[in-house]
Amino acid sequence: MNNPQLTKDGKLKHLLSIEGLPRAILNQILDTAESFAGVSEREVKKVPLLRGKTVCNIFFENSTRTRTTFEIAAKRLSADVVSLNVGTSSQSKGETILDTVDNLIAMHADMFVVRHSQSGAAHFIARHVPPHIHVINAGDGRHSHPTQGLLDVFTIRRYKPDMHNLRVAIVGDLLHSRVARSEIHALTTLGVPEIRIIAPKTLLPQEVERLGVHVYHDMREGLKDVDVIMMLRLQNERMSGALLPSAQEYFKCYGLTQDKLALANPDAIVLHPGPMNRGVEIDSSVADGSQSVILPQVTYGIAVRMAVMSILAGNPDQ
Amino acid sequence: MQLPDAEQLLETLAEQIHPLLRENTALVGIHSGGAWLAERLQAMLGGDIPLGTLDISFYRDDFSRIGLHSQVKPSSINFEVEGAHVVLVDDVLYTGRTIRGALNELFDYGRPASVTLAVLVDRGGREIPVEAQVVGAKLDIKPGESLELARDVTGKFHFILHEAA
Repeated sequence: MNNPQLTKDGKLKHLLSIEGLPRAILNQILDTAESFAGVSEREVKKVPLLRGKTVCNIFFENSTRTRTTFEIAAKRLSADVVSLNVGTSSQSKGETILDTVDNLIAMHADMFVVRHSQSGAAHFIARHVPPHIHVINAGDGRHSHPTQGLLDVFTIRRYKPDMHNLRVAIVGDLLHSRVARSEIHALTTLGVPEIRIIAPKTLLPQEVERLGVHVYHDMREGLKDVDVIMMLRLQNERMSGALLPSAQEYFKCYGLTQDKLALANPDAIVLHPGPMNRGVEIDSSVADGSQSVILPQVTYGIAVRMAVMSILAGNPDQ
Repeated sequence: MQLPDAEQLLETLAEQIHPLLRENTALVGIHSGGAWLAERLQAMLGGDIPLGTLDISFYRDDFSRIGLHSQVKPSSINFEVEGAHVVLVDDVLYTGRTIRGALNELFDYGRPASVTLAVLVDRGGREIPVEAQVVGAKLDIKPGESLELARDVTGKFHFILHEAA
């Protein structure tokens, strides 16, 4: 099968989704990120790898944090960075996307980081660009957010190096989450034996079991003896619909509190992709507690994005 | 071609580095051969000299042609480079490009007081003006051939010569 992410000889050319990436490439990204983690702690937080390259962040959907971490990552690789916030409201989106991209190509951009509210937008751009240009998906609709998935896995590996012996629980709005999908693919590929999904029925995609996960509706039951708890963000706009009764009700059933956390293994770690809704999906005392690795996730996110960018830039499609 | 005994060369390297030691001297080895040598030199020279390693993958000048090395090791410099007398250690000095990358990376950690280059073998063939102050042996290796430092299970060093393809 022709994988649009890989060059003819199987090297990573675009990063569009974790699905379909071989374990060797995932490990290469994570191992390279280990080296970049050290760069950010030095006197000069920069390496010359992407000197002379231009990275364009095209954000059709707003996301300050993701954009900022990609910007910092590109700058620490010595690339020149341009960030565009393109409104989603413009008509005839297909045309607008390619026009935007073509203009940036005419300015000799070398790499695109793309965020879009529609699934498949990054794939669409990757099919369009000439061979020397690389595309990174920074989140597309409900589909995928591969660098977030990678940084979560990187964080887990840092704290729990023996991935073959882990129980991981993912809690919250699986239905609208592109992060969860990327996480599940990454964890499965890296050999995590047990992944649990904890969510109300209304926030679960159909046939989620086919991803090889165990589904729980009772959070207390699902958290028993887990090593890693990955909380998902509950988007406020979901509250108004028929999916959930209220934020308070959600917090009572699916919010992570100290007493629910106590059901997990004592050394379990807590992750959250941010931005957090304190008091909705996670209690402040847990978010700021000793088992939380939420801020390290942000730090590692830069190293992981540096790794992805430098691996892509070194693999032109001849 | 008769290859020299790597263990013997390491002894002479240690003897030559010894008089250079002063307060604030540190050893930095370049991955992977130079890092092995620096570790052994630290033990031979008295153990308490700060030791670091550099992986210059992020500083290579051929990145745009061959991409990122598939196995990058983290660089590890856990001492203050600012003001240190650094002895930079590598196994084989050839074109000098690796040393150029290593110097650039080293200076991103701080400004050393001095840098001395120590290599087990100088095989000639320089493409940029880099010279070693401390040399175990000079060998004449043909272009196209590559000289590799290897380590056996007991940790002893030996050389392997790879013929031109």
